[in-house]
Amino acid sequence: MLISDAQVEHVARLARLALSVEEKQRFTEQLNAILRYMEQLNEVHTEGVEPTAHVLDLVNVLRDDTMHQTLNADTALANAPETAHHFFVVPRVVE
Amino acid sequence: MTLAGLTIHALHDKLVSGEVSAMALTEAVLTRLAAVEERLHAYITVTPELARQQAAAADEAFARGEVRSPLQGIPLAIKDNICTQGVRTTCASRILANFTPPYDATVIQCLRSAGAVFVGKANMDEFGMGSSSETSYFGPTRNPWNLGYIPGGSSGGPAAAVAADTCIAALGSDTGGSIRQPAAMTGVTGLKPTYGRVSRFGLVAFASSLEQIGPLTKDVRDAALLLQVIAGHDVHDSTSGNASVPDYTQTLERGVQGLKLGVPREYFIAGMDAEVEQAVRAGIETLRELGAALVDVSLPHTRYAVATYYILANAEASSNLARYDGVRYGVRTTQATNLLDMYMHTRAEGFGAEVKRRIMLGTYALSAGYYDAYYKKAQQLRTLFRQDFHQAFTQCDALLAPVSPTAAFRLGERLDDPLQMYLADVFTIPVNLAGLPAMSIPCGFTRQQLPIGLQVIAPPFHETTLLQIAAAFEAATDFHTHKPPLSMGCDA
Repeated sequence: MLISDAQVEHVARLARLALSVEEKQRFTEQLNAILRYMEQLNEVHTEGVEPTAHVLDLVNVLRDDTMHQTLNADTALANAPETAHHFFVVPRVVE
Repeated sequence: MTLAGLTIHALHDKLVSGEVSAMALTEAVLTRLAAVEERLHAYITVTPELARQQAAAADEAFARGEVRSPLQGIPLAIKDNICTQGVRTTCASRILANFTPPYDATVIQCLRSAGAVFVGKANMDEFGMGSSSETSYFGPTRNPWNLGYIPGGSSGGPAAAVAADTCIAALGSDTGGSIRQPAAMTGVTGLKPTYGRVSRFGLVAFASSLEQIGPLTKDVRDAALLLQVIAGHDVHDSTSGNASVPDYTQTLERGVQGLKLGVPREYFIAGMDAEVEQAVRAGIETLRELGAALVDVSLPHTRYAVATYYILANAEASSNLARYDGVRYGVRTTQATNLLDMYMHTRAEGFGAEVKRRIMLGTYALSAGYYDAYYKKAQQLRTLFRQDFHQAFTQCDALLAPVSPTAAFRLGERLDDPLQMYLADVFTIPVNLAGLPAMSIPCGFTRQQLPIGLQVIAPPFHETTLLQIAAAFEAATDFHTHKPPLSMGCDA
C-alpha cells in the first residue's frame, strides 16, 4: 500500500476534513489505486529538467502603489455566516 | 427554426435591422428553457428578470442607433464558477450554495459593457472537478442528444444549454478539457484560449496555473465574436498576457490551403472507440481535401498526461480550496463548538466526495516527504510536455486530434471509478499543461446519434489559426447544424 489508513487520517487532518469511517476506508482504497497509477511517472528521466510552475514568461508583475476603491466592510461581510460589530465571528479560540 | 436556435451573428443582423427585438429574442429563449429545462437541468440559477431588464436596455440602445458589440441583446448562459455581482454563484457546491458575489468577474464586466443578456448560471461538476457534470451538488445535467447520457464536464451545463437552445452562447472554463470535452459530447463549438489570454479575475479558483475561461457556441464565427469581447489584458489578473488582441474574425474565410497540420500519433491509441476514431480521421481527411498538408508528428509524453495533471491540478486545488473555512462566506456547520471542529465539519459537510478525494490527493502530494516525488516530478513533466508541443510546432501550424477517446457515456457509468473518469481526459489535458489554445468542433455522430468532436490545437496566442481551421472545416460540413432530439435514445 502506498498510503496507509493512518496516513489518510493524517492527510485529512492537514486538509481540515472530518471523514467518516466509511469515507476513510473508501478514500484509502481509491487513493492507493490513483497513486499506483501515478507511479508510472518514475519511468520518465527528469534529472536536470527545470520544473514549470507557470507557462507564461511573466515575472514580477507590479502595479502602481496608489489608492483605489475596494469593497466596503458591509459588502465584504455580507456573505459571512456570523458577524458582529463589523467583524467575522468564529467559535471562541482563547479560553 | 425558432430564434433560440440561431447563432449570435445571424441574430445580430436581425437585431440591428429591427426585424427582431432583444426582448422577443429573450422571451423566445426563456420559453424554450421553460419547455426543456426540467428534463435537461442545464442551469443552477435562472435569472429571467435580470434577462428582461438587460434585453430592455439593449432594445433602448438599438433604438438610439447605438450598437456596442455583436453581443448586444444576445442571451447567454454563464458557468456557475464565474462571479456575477448580485447573482448567486455556487460552483455547484453545497459550501457556496448561498454565496452571492459582491463583484463581477472581469469577463462579466466585459459582457455587461457589450450589452449581453444573462439567462442564468449554468450547471457544472462541483468546483469544475469532473468530466461528466455528475458531481454537481444540485444534480446532474443530461445530454440533450440522449437524456440517459452525461453531457461531459465540467462545463456540462453551458454545453447542454447551447446544444438545446436554452441560450444562444455560453461561457465555460477549461482546466483539463472542461470546455472542449462537453462541447464534443453535446455537438457544439468550444474554445479554450491560451493561458493568460482571458482574465481569470472572478473565476473561482480550482487550478490557477491551468484554467481559462472560454466560449461555447453554435458555430465558429460565434466563438470568434464571444472571444473578442472577453480577451485582453487585465490589471486584476497578474497572470494575464500583454499580447495585443487581434480581430478574431479576420481569418475565418481564409481556408486551409498551404497550412501544415500535424497529426500526433500518440493521440490514436488502443482502446479508443472505433466510431470516434473513424469520425476524427474522416475530419482530418476533410481538411486535407480542403488543401491542408498533413504531417505525422510525435508528442512522446502523452501517456503521462493524466498522472501529471492530477498531481498538479489537485495540489493547486487543495491550496485554493483551503479558503472555504466557514468564516467569511459559504455554509458553516452547526455541529461544532471549537474552531478546529468548525473547520473540519464545515468542510466535511460542504464538499462532495470528488472534491474531498482531490483535496486529499493534493494535500498528500504537497505534504512533507512526498513533495519531490509527486509535485516537483509533475512540474518537471510539465516542462517536457511544453517541449513536446514546441518541437511539434516546428513542423506544423496546428495539430488535429480527438477530443475524447469516447462519445458521451451513460449517467452513473463511471461515478464509482475515479481513475476511469480521469483517463477520459487524456487528449485534452496536455493542452492545459502547456497553456495552449485549442478548440473542439463537431465532426460526426456515433450510430446512437451521440456527437463526436475534432480537436484543433495551436501555438500560444494563435487563436486566429484555430478559428481559421475550424471555420474552413465547418464551411465544408454540416455537423454543427444538427439539433438534438431531447429524448431518451432507443437504447435507453
